[in-house]
Amino acid sequence: MKHLDEYRDAGLAQGLARRIREASRKTVNFMEFCGGHTVTIARYGIESLLPPTVRLLSGPGCPVCVTPMEQIDWMIAVAGLPEVTVATYGDMLRVPGSGASLAGERGRGADVRIVYSSYDAIELARENPGRQVVFFGIGFETTAPATAAAVLKARELGLENFSVVSAHKTTPGIIKALLDTDELKLDGLICPGHVSVITGTAPYTYAAGHGVPCVISGFEPLDVLQSVLMLVEQAEQGRAQVEIQYRRGVRPNGNEKARRMLDEVFEPADSNWRGIGVVPGTGMKLKPAFSRWDAFALFKPELPETVEPAGCICGRVLRGAASPADCALFGSRCTPADPVGACMVSSEGACQAHYRFRRK
Amino acid sequence: MCLGIPGKVESLEGNTAKVLFGDTLRKVSLDLLSEEVTPGDYVIVHAGFALERIDEREALITLEILKEAAGLETPR
Repeated sequence: MKHLDEYRDAGLAQGLARRIREASRKTVNFMEFCGGHTVTIARYGIESLLPPTVRLLSGPGCPVCVTPMEQIDWMIAVAGLPEVTVATYGDMLRVPGSGASLAGERGRGADVRIVYSSYDAIELARENPGRQVVFFGIGFETTAPATAAAVLKARELGLENFSVVSAHKTTPGIIKALLDTDELKLDGLICPGHVSVITGTAPYTYAAGHGVPCVISGFEPLDVLQSVLMLVEQAEQGRAQVEIQYRRGVRPNGNEKARRMLDEVFEPADSNWRGIGVVPGTGMKLKPAFSRWDAFALFKPELPETVEPAGCICGRVLRGAASPADCALFGSRCTPADPVGACMVSSEGACQAHYRFRRK
Repeated sequence: MCLGIPGKVESLEGNTAKVLFGDTLRKVSLDLLSEEVTPGDYVIVHAGFALERIDEREALITLEILKEAAGLETPR
């Protein structure tokens, strides 16, 4: 397929890898922020092409992984309420809460539907006027505009049986929080391509201003290799700039229309990140004008006591402070078929990516 | 989760497009797009919404840079 196959050429990958090996002198730690990049790196064995001087760390850009347990418990509890239909992206279905999961609730008779798009949830509400349809909005700036569009559509249609949960998160504040800790010494950031389609380069100016080279990367293997080469070159030359490798999709100013819709519907809120804690201004909550469609305002389910899985080091993995193999549970008690922590549940979680592609 | 897949716009109807991914045709909303698209354009699609039109000129430049970088040191 056009715009995919060109970026998977094995010969070009070997050539790029050779260039990286030739250019790399200093030992560097680069973080791939996005879970999508984690999967590309694992699936295509990118690390095996890199010299020992270049080390890649997974970051917090896996929405399912960083959603705190109490929010997952809240969503599972809402699914169990009478007359409620939950509409969610497939990623959320198997995430374990303190007790059950959405899949488990569905097994007990809850009406949980997997939707492809937030507009499918709007359709569900129109087709089922006797039920309250609750859409679970989770993800970063890539995903949040679709939630905003659904809220605006619900207002336009005067839909009274539709609401959204906004568990959305934003990137600038968490990048700053990660860089401001002493735990992590980063020499470069592989920046999330599809977040940047919406945001443009703005979220990374803080990092570049603090000496960390940034490259906004596409998601195919050659995209990632080229981004690593661009970061190595910045590091070797002592530069720290925001560069765009994913030029076919990312404009420096991002998608201004999508951002206007975000600004119309959401306002910044403090947000709790699993394994990291509360980071000011990194959440998105519905503005008061839209409280009619805010599930957090409409439903007050009874919640179980929050129980974090014992022995799981997901939090440290999400901060780039540990790798999945450092966890005593990894691959033994914790596998994709029987996951303990969120990083093993999500297909783009660092633990599941390591397990599926690296342990062969 | 922030997956975006390139697809080719086949036809337009109001603010919805039919977009071809390989040999699968899907309805995609254009509500988030800043720019106009026409049939034949490629768009990046995430969860049923087109997020951006793919810039063909930039794609060609990227491929040129890639080939140059990969081939420059090829011993022949």
